[in-house]
Formats: sequence, structure tokens, C-alpha cells
Amino acid sequence: MSSPNKTLPGWIDIGLIPLINIALAFLVSGFVIWLIGEDPIEAVKIMINGAFGYDEALGYTLYYTTNFIFTGLAVAVAFHASLFNIGGEGQAYIGGLGVGLLCLLLDQYVPLWVILPLAIIASGLFGAAWAYVPAYLQAYRGSHIVITTIMFNFIAAALMNYLLVNVLIARGSGSPESRVFEETAWLPFMHEIFAWFGAEITRSPLNLSIVLAGFASIFVWFFIWHTRWGYAIRMLGHNENAAQYSGIDTKRVIIGTMCLSGALASFVGINEIMGVHHRILLEFTAGYGFTGIAVSLMGRNHPVGIIIASLLFGALYQGGAELAFEIPTIQKEMITTIQGLVILFCGALAFMIRPTLERIFSNFTQENKTAVVE
Amino acid sequence: MKKLFQTAAASFIAMAAATSYADEIKPAVVFDMGGKFDKSFNEGVYNGVEKFKSETGIEYKEFEVTNPSQREQAIRKMAQRGSNPIIGVGFAQEAAIAKVAQEYPDIHFTIIDAVVDLPNVQSVVFKEHEGSFLVGVLAAMASETNTVGFIGGMDIPLIQKFACGYAQGAKYVKGDASVLSNMTGTTPSAWNDPGKGSELAKSQFDRGADVIFAAAGGTGIGVYQAAKDAGKLAIGVDSNQNHLQPGTMLTSMTKQVDVAAYNTFKTAMEGTWKPGILSLGLAENGVDWALDDNNKSLITDAMTAKVKEAREEIVAGKISVHDYMEDNSCPSL
Amino acid sequence: MTVEQIATSRSDVAGGQTAPPTTSKTPAIELKSISKSFGPVKANQNVDLKVLPGTIHGIIGENGAGKSTLMSILYGFYEADSGDIFINGKKQDIRSSKDAISAGIGMVHQHFMLVETFTVLENVMLGAEGGSLLNKSSISARDELLRLSQEYSLAVDPDALIGELPVGLQQRVEILKALYRGAEILILDEPTGVLTPQETEQLFKILDILRSRGVSIILITHKLQEIMAITDRVSVMRAGTMVSERETKDTSKNELAELMVGRKVLLEVTKADATPQETLLEAKEISYRDEDGILRLDNVSLSLRAGEIVGIAGVSGNGQTELLAALSGICPLHQGSITIGDREITPQTPSSAKEIREFGVAHVPEDRHRMGMVTAFDAKEVAIMGYHDDSSYNGTFLMNTKAVENHCRQLMQDYDVRPEDPNLKSANFSGGNQQKLVLAREMDRAPKILLVGQPTRGVDIGAIEFIHKNLIKMRDTGSAILLVSVELEEVLSLSDRIIVMFEGRIVGDVSAKDADACQLGLLMGNAGEEGTGTPSDNAVVTGEVSR
Repeated sequence: MSSPNKTLPGWIDIGLIPLINIALAFLVSGFVIWLIGEDPIEAVKIMINGAFGYDEALGYTLYYTTNFIFTGLAVAVAFHASLFNIGGEGQAYIGGLGVGLLCLLLDQYVPLWVILPLAIIASGLFGAAWAYVPAYLQAYRGSHIVITTIMFNFIAAALMNYLLVNVLIARGSGSPESRVFEETAWLPFMHEIFAWFGAEITRSPLNLSIVLAGFASIFVWFFIWHTRWGYAIRMLGHNENAAQYSGIDTKRVIIGTMCLSGALASFVGINEIMGVHHRILLEFTAGYGFTGIAVSLMGRNHPVGIIIASLLFGALYQGGAELAFEIPTIQKEMITTIQGLVILFCGALAFMIRPTLERIFSNFTQENKTAVVE
Repeated sequence: MKKLFQTAAASFIAMAAATSYADEIKPAVVFDMGGKFDKSFNEGVYNGVEKFKSETGIEYKEFEVTNPSQREQAIRKMAQRGSNPIIGVGFAQEAAIAKVAQEYPDIHFTIIDAVVDLPNVQSVVFKEHEGSFLVGVLAAMASETNTVGFIGGMDIPLIQKFACGYAQGAKYVKGDASVLSNMTGTTPSAWNDPGKGSELAKSQFDRGADVIFAAAGGTGIGVYQAAKDAGKLAIGVDSNQNHLQPGTMLTSMTKQVDVAAYNTFKTAMEGTWKPGILSLGLAENGVDWALDDNNKSLITDAMTAKVKEAREEIVAGKISVHDYMEDNSCPSL
Repeated sequence: MTVEQIATSRSDVAGGQTAPPTTSKTPAIELKSISKSFGPVKANQNVDLKVLPGTIHGIIGENGAGKSTLMSILYGFYEADSGDIFINGKKQDIRSSKDAISAGIGMVHQHFMLVETFTVLENVMLGAEGGSLLNKSSISARDELLRLSQEYSLAVDPDALIGELPVGLQQRVEILKALYRGAEILILDEPTGVLTPQETEQLFKILDILRSRGVSIILITHKLQEIMAITDRVSVMRAGTMVSERETKDTSKNELAELMVGRKVLLEVTKADATPQETLLEAKEISYRDEDGILRLDNVSLSLRAGEIVGIAGVSGNGQTELLAALSGICPLHQGSITIGDREITPQTPSSAKEIREFGVAHVPEDRHRMGMVTAFDAKEVAIMGYHDDSSYNGTFLMNTKAVENHCRQLMQDYDVRPEDPNLKSANFSGGNQQKLVLAREMDRAPKILLVGQPTRGVDIGAIEFIHKNLIKMRDTGSAILLVSVELEEVLSLSDRIIVMFEGRIVGDVSAKDADACQLGLLMGNAGEEGTGTPSDNAVVTGEVSR
């Protein structure tokens, strides 16, 4: 009854606090940059310009954003059922395998508009299948999903490595990659799409997948908050006893949620394999699955938050690369440090400054009130 | 002043001697996902270009990619900034180099460990199988158990190529020798996992091996340590690693990645850079085995003689060492 | 039971020696105009309180009246925004429970703060070890503990594991813990919630002895009869303010209830005699083991007929929770069968919560926060729990949010849930309104069978009245109701038939008309049939003490 029930207005919670957190992260990053003898202001300028300053930069930023939206949504959906899916990396990897196999199979026979929906389905099925096993083990055998999904990341890496080195490798190639798909299986790049309409933008890996990411976000929003299945997922996530009481088959919900999560993560494969590389290759997931956890955390497991967080991380990736490019003393490890600081302040320490703000805010409002009374 | 003069002189000679002219070269290198300190070929390239820098004082631009899409981005960016020549490190950059080289036909590209057939691309590949063959010969002769081991880093065709040549070499001297082969892992972390390297080495020792060839980057450190602890022998890779554990390092299979990288910049500066395939084997001294004070007590005269004979036969074409990457298979393993 | 009985006889002796409470002029505790706000919520507003030494002072009030906040301030969990605390006439600055303990204040929490895997002695010593060498301090602690248990007639074995002691004894350890730390002022927060009537009686005897030894006691409760039974003075809180203070002997239950609620309250339930009809649900010899293999339901048989309320009495944790869960399809059967209509549920033909609900069985769980609702959900989402698949709330893909909202609003109107806002987060409703929302959801569909657990737990007196009326109304319209409650009074006043459960078994089945609290209490402690005499398992305890 007498639990401290302090609330802040929404704009502070979802607007001001993240901004302060990002500012703090940059402040600490700036200090580190200053320590190694570089100009932090210059570095921030390069990062921001490198992420948004010109159309190619923006293209790369949005291309990364696309990946993060998929993996962020994947983590968020599972999280609503209180499942911590660390396996986005593996699910994306295997999803890419599904996309790739389908493209290798059909690219010589049918046009893109046939391949694309089939590739989305194949990707989803492969990703879902990869999430299904950990989900089954969690639901029926009580094996913790965190452990099993981590293990499935390794298994995915080993499987892909085996397939690329021994089975899918293009004849005579030294590189463990499949053959390049025919162009019928290439998702159009955004610069190509713009060119159809006569607008010219610089080439970048940004492709049609970003539209799919938008649809996925809208889908997740409707699914989680406006369907009975989403209702069941959220109830399970908040209160398993209540879910059982309400007649929800918790085991099926666990499996269903994880499959959906895996399918969402797998769409990274659409972006990378069909959109950018046009062949199956090693390591194309490059940690996007793991970053998705931070994205989801920062985005408060809500599609809108995830889109914003994805954009931030996309900018960090692209701006960071630019920074490493422009200032040779800033190495990739430094970029990782900056990204880590942002995750630390916006994710793990997200509520660090909340009590302080609460105090300031309540003091402020109290003073206001007394002022009014007087 | 002197430097300037040298550069100017070199440029003059280059202008006179070659069609490809570089008045003030702006070299660049794009490392791959392992990073420039991967204790493997990225680091080899890094050492080569650093040597070039310290000798000539010419700065180079560099970038370490952290995801596959950055390969093309970084190489294109180097080209946009007018860098020339540009080195792409590793087979994974094959596609990216091919694409950007077409867009910038006036810029010279060198790719290491892969082949890109374009008029402005120089492809540097090594006949690692030949060097591995030689250390295989040494390993088999040094072995008392008639069992030799191989520990690779990441399971990719390139490393299979090492393993295959090594096995063929071992069986060349001892037809009944058995060769154990293990890969450390399936992700790039396999290049830098000394703990796992040590474990694999111990398990191979348990299975009877007494000489192990590690082609695994930083993972090899663990292998060499395990060999020392067990009083067995190990063989280093890429650069001369004999000094790491003197007395238990039988030899090292050297692969002159650093020399290749250095030469790319050097020839570009001198104007003698040429496109095409540079296939560096025993004949070209691109690969070799290392003999120095640290291991000379381990190498008998018979071994020296045998390996010399094998080298001559390979160079002369009498022995054909199988290249795993030609058909992705290995008859000797 | 023997522990209680032996201890009872001891405290009787002690009680016989009771000297009249020494009345000194300085109060043991004096709180002066304490105020505390949580954001916009004013939990305490200018609260004054005086507790005379050697008396038992009751504090009574509805949930959210500010009793617990006030005590938390006194015990140093919260700091007051303004106001002063005087202990024995001296102003004290209490900022932490450590300060409170050194000021001589001890607290027995509603949920015990004991380490179950430690012995009594270890628990008493915990945090007051008095030296880094445990061995040495444990010898002196043992002596001190034995001295205290002698002095206050609090018999307990110092080497017994807490987890193996009955709740009543655990509470006794809590009291000893406070005394060990030199407490002269004892705060008890809802101490009887977990006790059988006999244990309650026992506790009151202990409090009586403590009082006679000069200990000042603050008793927080919402049970009027306890105030009347034991306290010297009583303060009534309402909405964060102290509304009144009375000498206990000068007041009555009805007056206190009125002061608490702020209006007249009907305490008695009036109902006509039941006219039971056909049997709607029949459970035959059902058994259930939990995940740890402990037998939670042991051969339970019962039947529910249309138009009757069957009450289940028992100390909580004796299988009532599992009985509700088994009947509502939440937990599986391991033996026996349940027949609802034509459907026979057996271990071989299991059912689900969903199926059982479709048979017209509604279920109000005992603990609404654990099961009956999701505090993170909006009220409208809570209002459809269990019925969320119903076609009236769903389109082909999307949920019909408008329909859900309208349904919730209707429930809120019909069952007087305030505030009437379907979009408000359910956590932001008061306990009583949450409970009304859960009851509304389950009762609104006029279920054939209603399984209801603790319908009035944590609910204000005003709302209790409303809930009881509605349950009777449902019975009169032909529903079968199974009522589980640890409030014996509630079971007695609502039920037509009363079943007593003990350790997963049914140990008594009596008509409500013939039942009285004392008889039921004995059954609840399983002393009804199995010898009121001399089980020997507790002899050790007395042995220890007299050593």
C-alpha cells in the first residue's frame, strides 16, 4: 500500500532520460578520445557527418538500421514472453542459409517477384526452426533458453562453416562462399529504385529490405498489443501463474513466440544475402544478433523505440567506421568502446539518473505548488 | 630533403621505366575481419607495410573491417580518396576488390590470398602446400612415433591447403606415417585461442603424435607451449617463430606475406607494379622453412639433405604437391 | 498442539503473576505530527500517536490508511517528511532500522524475516553476533536466549531448524529476536494473519506476559475482534490521518468499523437458508503431488450442489490452494476423478483451465497478484483474462479493443470498481477495487460453479460487505460456490456447509449451522479427532527449555 509510487511525466521518461544517457555516453567517450590525444569535438563531428552527412553515409546507416530493426524486434517479441533470446545471431545466420538456398535453387528459373515472397518464407522457416529447438527444450525439458540459444549460435556457426567449406563452396574458389546468384535473385538497391524514378543517389548497400523492416515493425506492434496471441504472450511474460490460470497453453506460447522471434531475426538474411552480398558467405551476421539485444533494451521492447534505437546503432556503426577511417589513431577497438559505452549508459544504466531526475522534478513541482499556495 | 630527393629520383626512374606511373604514391591497405593484430596474415601484411613506412617515410591509409559490408565500402572509400595502390587482405575481399577495381580502372589493387582477374589487379597467392610439404618432410623424419599432427585455425579451404601439403610431405618420406588433423574452430576467434590450441595439442600428443604443425595464428602459441611442456616438437607458421620456444620448435613454415605487401608498395613507388597473378611458391621463395640458431640442434644433416632434395624436385616439377583448393579435396589426408 | 498447550499452561502461570501495568507519565513512544508523501500520495498527514509504557496499543485502519507507512517511519525504513519521534521522552532521529533497534524498538513483520535453513539460535544471533568468533558468542547467546525464553515463557528449542517449525513458533522466534536485541517497544504488523485461532490465542497470552513485564506493544491489525480482545487503547487511521483514539473498554466493534470506513457498516451477513439442488461438481478421492513430490492433496472427495456455498476452512498452506487449482484445471490430478456435468476428468483424461472454464466454472484465485490479474496490464485487459479467446472480443486477426473496453466499463459500473477507467493500469487500483474487478470478471458470466479463494483478502470493510452480498446473491440464483478463506468468521457467516482441510486431507465436514469457531479451530490444527492428548514430538522442546 505504501510502496513508493513516484512517477515522472512521459516526456521525461521516454524523451529526456535517453537523451541524457546518450549525452553521458558521448561525454565519457569524448574523454577517452581526449586521452589518446585526439580532438573529441572533431571526432563527434566526423561521426555525425559520417552517419548522416551525405546520401551514401545515410544509406549505410539505414542499411545497418535495417538489420538492427530485425534483430531488435526478435529480442523484443521473445522478451514480452519473458524469454531472453540470445540466439538472434544464429537464427539470422541460418535464416540467411534459407534465403541463400532458395536463391541458388530458383534464381535461374523464376523472376524476383516469385523469389522474394518465397525467400521471406524460407528465411522465416529456417530462422523459426533454429529457434524451435531451444524453445522446445525450454517448454518441455526446462533447459534454460539463454544457455540453449547461446549454444545454438555456435552450432549455427559450425554448420554454416561446414556447409560453406564443404558443400556450397563455388568450384575453384578459395573463398568459402557460394556462387553469386543470378541478378533475378537480387533485391533492388535503394539507389536503383531511386534511379527508376529519375532521382540519383550514391550507391550504398541500402536495399528494399528496409521496407520489409518497416512492415515487420508494424506487424509486431499489432501482433503484440492488438491480437489475442500477443495478449497471451504478454500475460505469460508478466505472470506465468496468471497465464496458466487464464487457460493459456504456456508451452505452446513459448514455442510460438520463439519461432516468431527466430523468424524476425532471420530477415537479416534477406537484407544481407539477397540485398547486399548476393551469395552465401561466412560471418555475414557480424554480431547484429547480439546488438539486437541492446537495441531492444534501449527501445524498451517497443517497435517505435526499436526503430529509434536501431537508427542510433546504425549511426554508431557507420559513423564509427567513418571515424576509424578518418582518424587513424582511432582503431576499431575504440569504436567498440564507444558503442559499448552507449549500450552501458542507455541499456544497463538506463535508470541510473532516474532517481536524481525524480528528486529534481519533485522538488520543482513542490516548489511550484507552494508558490501557488502562497 | 634526402627523402624527397629519393622519392623524386624513384619517380623519375619509374616514369622512364614503366607505363604505370606514380608521382606521389598514396598507398592504402584494408585489413580483414580478424584485425591487423591477428597473429596471422593480416599481421603479416601490417608488418610489411610498416616496414615500408619506416624505410620510406611514406604514410599509408588503413582500415580494419568489422563486418562483410565494410569491405567494399572501405576499398571504395580508399579509391575515392585517391589512394593508389590499395591492398586488400584475405580471400574474403575477393568480391569487393573485383567490384571496386572495375569502377576505378586507373587505380592499382593488390589482393593477397585470392585471385581477381582484372587488368588493374595484382593477385598474390602463396603455394602454402609446397612449404607445408617441406615441413611435413621434416616432421616425419623427426618423429619417433611415426605420427605427426596438424592443428589449423578456422576450418577454411586455405588451411586445408596447409594440412594437405603437410600430410603429403610426411607421407613422402614415411609412407606409413599417420597424420592427425584438427581445426580449432569455425569462427574467426579460432585464430586467437591459445587455450584451445594447447588442449588440441595435448590430445594429439595423447594420441601418439610427437610433432605438431600449427597453422592457426595466435592459437599456435598454445600449441607451442603445450609441446614444450610435453617435451615434444612443434612447427611454427607464417613468420619464423623458432624463437618462441627454442629447443622444441622444430622449424617454421614461413610465408612471405610481409614481403608481398612490402613489395606491392615498393614496386608501386618505383613504378614497377604489375597486374596479374603472383603465385609465390618454393621457386619464388614465397614460402620456405626456417633454420636458425634456435632449431639447428634439432635438424640433422639427413633431414637437411632430404628436404633439399624434396625442394629441388618440387621446383623441377618432379614432385607435384597437391593443392587442396583446386578441387577441395586432399588425397593424402 | 502440545507446544501451545504446554506454553499455554506456562503463560497461565505467568499470567497469574501479572502486576497491573505501571503507568508512568512519559509515553514510551510519542509521534508528533508525522507527515510523509510519495509523490502526490499523502500517506501520512500530521499523524500524532502516544503509546504509554507497558500497554498494548492497537492501530486499526483500512488498507492504504497509512498504518504500515507510519510504522515504517518509526522503524527507520522511511524518513518522515516532517514531524518528530520521541522515545521515552527523548527526541530520536531514526534513519535506519539500526537506529530503531538501538532506541529499543523491535518489529515483528507480517512476513517473517527468518533464514529457514538456520537454527533458532542462529536466527536470533544473526546481525547481533557481537564478535567475529561465532563459537564464543553463540555460547553466551544460548544462555541469553534461554534466559529470555524462561522470563517471557517463550518456549522454543534453540537448535531447531526454522523451516521445520510451525508458523506460530516461527513468530515466537521473531519476538525473541527483538527481545534479544534489547527491545522494550515491540511493533507487530498483522501478526495473526497466518495463525490458527488457537495459535492466535497463544500469541495473545504471550503479549499479555510481555505487557506485564513492562514491554510496550503496538499491534497493527484490521481485525476488530483482536483489538477488542487484547489492546488497552486503540487508534484509528483513515486516509493517512489519525481520526480517533479510544480506550478499548469504552468502544465497540461497530463504532471502530464506522470510524475506519467513515460510514455505517453492516458487519453481519444476512442470508436465507440454502436450498441445494442437483450436484454440479463431484470430486472423488483426488490426489496431487507438487513438483517436489510432496503430497498436497490427499484423497479429497467433495461435491458441490447448485444453490449452496461450501466453505473450506483451514490454516493456509494445507491444500486449499491446490484444491482450487485442481478443480479449475490448473494443476493435474495424480489420482481420483472430477466430474463436471458429463465430463469425467481423471489422470488419464486430463483437462485444462480453458476447458473447465468452458464448462461454466469460474475461478477467483486466492492471491490476485499471483494469479488473478496481471498488474502490468490495463484494467480492460485484466477484465477479459481467461475469456480473451472469446469471439466477442476478437476479429479474425486483431482484437476488438472497443468491445473489450466496453465490457470492462460495464463490469466496473455493475461492480462499483473505482476509478471507472478501463485504460488505467490495474496496479494503480486499490486492493479492494482490484479484487472487485477480478470478482466482476468471474461472476459476470453467471457461472454454474464459482470457485472463490480469499474473496476479501486485503479488501476494505466497505467492499467486504458488497462482496459478501454478491456471493449470497449468486447462490440464491442457483450457482454452486466453493469458498476458501483463512478468515474463519467469513467461512462461518457465508457457508452452508463447512469442510476443514489439514495437510491436504479433509478432516472435518460439518453443517454451518452446527459449527462454531472453537470446534473448527481445533479441526484446523488437526486436534479435533487425533487426540487432544499427548503427541510426544514436542516434548523435546520443553526438555530444551527446562534444561
